[in-house]
Amino acid sequence: MAESDLDRLIRLLAKLPGLGPRSARRAVLHLLKHRELLLLPLKDGLAQAAERVHECSRCGNLDAIDPCAICGDEARDQSLLCVVEDVSDLWALERSGGFRGLYHVLGGTLSALDGVGPEDLRIDRLVSRVAAGGITEVILATNATVEGQTTAHYITDRLAPGGVAVTRLARGVPMGGELDYLDDGTLAQALKARRPL
Amino acid sequence: MQWHDEAIVLTVRRFGETAAIASLFTREHGRHSGLVRGGASRRLAGVLQPGNQVAAAWRGRLDEQLGQFRLELTQARAAQVMDEPPRLAALSSLTALLATALPERAPHPALFEASALLLDGLASESSWTALYVRWELGLLAELGFGLDLTRCAVTGTDADLAYVSPRTGRAVAAEAGRPYAERLLPLPSFLAAGRGTPPANDAGRDVADGLRLTGFFLARALLAQGGHLPPARERLRLWLEGEALPPPGPLPAPPGGVKPLP
Repeated sequence: MAESDLDRLIRLLAKLPGLGPRSARRAVLHLLKHRELLLLPLKDGLAQAAERVHECSRCGNLDAIDPCAICGDEARDQSLLCVVEDVSDLWALERSGGFRGLYHVLGGTLSALDGVGPEDLRIDRLVSRVAAGGITEVILATNATVEGQTTAHYITDRLAPGGVAVTRLARGVPMGGELDYLDDGTLAQALKARRPL
Repeated sequence: MQWHDEAIVLTVRRFGETAAIASLFTREHGRHSGLVRGGASRRLAGVLQPGNQVAAAWRGRLDEQLGQFRLELTQARAAQVMDEPPRLAALSSLTALLATALPERAPHPALFEASALLLDGLASESSWTALYVRWELGLLAELGFGLDLTRCAVTGTDADLAYVSPRTGRAVAAEAGRPYAERLLPLPSFLAAGRGTPPANDAGRDVADGLRLTGFFLARALLAQGGHLPPARERLRLWLEGEALPPPGPLPAPPGGVKPLP
């Protein structure tokens, strides 16, 4: 039996993160009830994004222009480069407002289990970018996981001959964190990275 | 069916949006997989790191089912070595080798003990590299590919052992092996019979020879199972052989006095 347009839309929406078939059905119903206000603008928005948004050829960020708005912003510190695993990490750092340098998105981490090697990530492009000059510090903002840190160490090794300073994000007690509820690993890292007051 | 056991986390794969399938190396039940509800959550992210030791409770309706794990962290080993590249590479290599080489649900209690000891050693011992090579020898023995390094295969002597035959996995004395030296694998002195003490410079040539020796037989053992040496093992070898080379110059300190990565 042929799938109806509605069923197809529900099936597609149900594949999005955080949505299942029931919530997708509710979303579709809501969209259809607000056709002018939501459904048609959403359709146009999706079509435009599909057509215009691409990976930045310099950093791997997603944007409608190439180089992306961050790479093209002359006001940002061009000597600082922050390396992140994914675009979502870049967005998180931008939300914090604490970093005014440039980014480089790796596109994942080295993973023995999933067969992800250095050639599957944007590591060669990072090395070329740093070798091109102008960057004095590379900040490795990979996740505090075994795979994230393995990737960070690999990149440190690759960048070592260039003589550029390589740093990583601090690890320890989060804002509002209570020691009693922290896991042992975070506490051990926090103790290791203690600093004088 | 249910059981409780000590376990080392080997691999974790996300399953759906909130769960994960964890592969653990347990003391009494060998390598065992199971579903971890909430395994993709931030709460369990620190627990489900390879190398961590956990108290595992497994439950399933039938013994042959995947079943579900409930896990509690007992030793956060991954966090202890995260800032030290060669030790982290050794932890990754250990977990990858166990995940690749061990059959599911076959107990190896002695290997579990040795693995837990090595993981403890990674966080504290200065001569952990020799410990690692010995652990790989133990892994080979558990897989049924144990090497005989007690006496020379040709003369029977236990003195001056210097090579290992790649065909038989038996030690060969220096004099007996000299004519075939190019075809034999070098036996590091700290692995030879009666020389249980750690090498003077265990990060140097002896350890590199030890890794080449165990790597050769591990590759053969894994090939027999249709597999190959995991990339994490290769990265460890490169790290340790890199340490035997002259160290590169220090990295310049960044502005603001931030310490560069070790």
